[in-house]
Amino acid sequence: MDLNHLTVDAARTAIQERSTSSVALVESFYTRIQKEDSQIGAYLTLCKERAVEQAEHIDRMAAEGKSLPPLGGIPVAIKDVMCTRGVRTTAGSKILETFIPPFTCTAVRRMEEAGAVILGKLNCDEFAMGSSNENSAYKPVHNPRDLERVPGGSSGGSAAAVAAGMAVATLGSDTGGSIRQPASFCGVVGLKPTYGRVSRYGLIAFASSLDHIGPLTRTVKDAALMLRTIAGRDPMDSTSADIPVPDYVAELQKDVRSLRIGVPKECFGEGLDSEVRASVEAAIQKLAGLGCEVIPVSLPHSPYAIPAYYIVATAEASANLARFDGVRYGFRSAESRTLSDMYRKTRDGGFGAEVKRRIMLGTYALSAGYYDAYYLKAQRVRTLLTRDYEEAFQKVDALVTPASPTAAFKLGEKSDDPLAMYLADIYTVTANLAGIPGISVPGAPTKSGLPIGVQILGKHFDEATILRLAQACE
Amino acid sequence: MKVTEKDVTYVADLANLELTEEERTHMVRDLNSILGYIDRLNQLNTDKVEPMAQVSDRYGVDESKTGSERFAYASREDVLFGLRKSLPHEEALENAPDADETFFKVPKVIER
Repeated sequence: MDLNHLTVDAARTAIQERSTSSVALVESFYTRIQKEDSQIGAYLTLCKERAVEQAEHIDRMAAEGKSLPPLGGIPVAIKDVMCTRGVRTTAGSKILETFIPPFTCTAVRRMEEAGAVILGKLNCDEFAMGSSNENSAYKPVHNPRDLERVPGGSSGGSAAAVAAGMAVATLGSDTGGSIRQPASFCGVVGLKPTYGRVSRYGLIAFASSLDHIGPLTRTVKDAALMLRTIAGRDPMDSTSADIPVPDYVAELQKDVRSLRIGVPKECFGEGLDSEVRASVEAAIQKLAGLGCEVIPVSLPHSPYAIPAYYIVATAEASANLARFDGVRYGFRSAESRTLSDMYRKTRDGGFGAEVKRRIMLGTYALSAGYYDAYYLKAQRVRTLLTRDYEEAFQKVDALVTPASPTAAFKLGEKSDDPLAMYLADIYTVTANLAGIPGISVPGAPTKSGLPIGVQILGKHFDEATILRLAQACE
Repeated sequence: MKVTEKDVTYVADLANLELTEEERTHMVRDLNSILGYIDRLNQLNTDKVEPMAQVSDRYGVDESKTGSERFAYASREDVLFGLRKSLPHEEALENAPDADETFFKVPKVIER
């Protein structure tokens, strides 16, 4: 049995039937991490003692013949923007290098309550700001499929760990594509749920109206299992929705026949790599072959998505990141004489270039004289972008687009040009502005073998349909 | 609209960032490049469009209810300890770069 490439279900069954143990599984993952991760760089922190303890608990349950919980004994890992009590949480930033949270993120707690074993914390772009994972203050992540290439970002460690067999499944966060784009670059499944579907409590905030937590997995079924575990109302997050959580795994049994899928023409225009286009079109053909009705649709405001997004996201970030001032936690600059001097020197020394750039852009957009021209304007365009989806969803049940305009690019290729990097998110940001769910599922790879992601977008709280369609594409 | 070195200094001040000479130069270049792209928003007439600050004021609500009733699920009773007890004092201070047993410690606030 190849312990490092099991699905959630297969691993749980193997532990339940005692053909392996959770401890053996955990050990084999740590062995692999030890061997492979010096080249990949997916992990920032390991918590082996705690993991083995959790695994032993599950093995005792299996030995006593008790039925294991849905994620019983499954080795998983968590993007380092989610707080874990007693385990260092850095957000990929130097400013939180020594931060040990006194509480646990709700999504992580729900995973642990469902029996998951946490191997460690995963590398990411600093404060989840980036599309290549080159903005981590600690080290870049390399794409396991081609070490010269980026894994995507900002959940680069989360995607790479699954792709390299260094975790069965992981949690990531997605503010503008940060789950779906790395999933597409690394050839794994990545799901961003509807805004409000999963509690954000304990997620270090980047842009509160755009942040989402979701799973990265080897299969669509595993994504459904993970979502079922982490979804649902949480009194600690007042934006979490009071809407029942369907059994996403059971929903996968349903046929995709006669579902209407929309193909937005704006997502297949200039700037799209021809191999990506061919791969996504092949997926659409496959769905048509399974009895889906393919309908051309239009999202006319698409060209305004990136500009609106980068105003809204940075404005919210500039407010959220004001709390990092060297007083209550994290790094403090040693050489300051007064309080205001300390704030400045701490933030200057603690934040990396991209984080400063976004704080500056957001502060500028919110400053006197520019608020109406930028921030309010972007919020109005956000309404238009959301209406585009509402109109499209009058005619179709889901939309199929590329997850990213290209396959994984090389390290260093875009790191000097922030605007070029932002355009890597062109197909993903609108789902965050509108709050609709989206999934990236691997399509046919490029001729040279690089993964390509097919993105499927759905109506609010209709994750079940996009999961079904994604499974049909697998 | 052109961002100048002076604008960058002013905004850095608002954001409590210091920025080196070199960082300032890069920031002028980068902000102009990004804002140049963002200016395309002005091609759209949005006079009659409502701004959207949140997804949850639009979705995930019970359509049969109106007004504040729609968001009743998000509110709770005012209770003494809120949803959980406050962090114990020592835990709240544990991550502080500088603290005594009672307070966070910071450098002088007022200069003489």
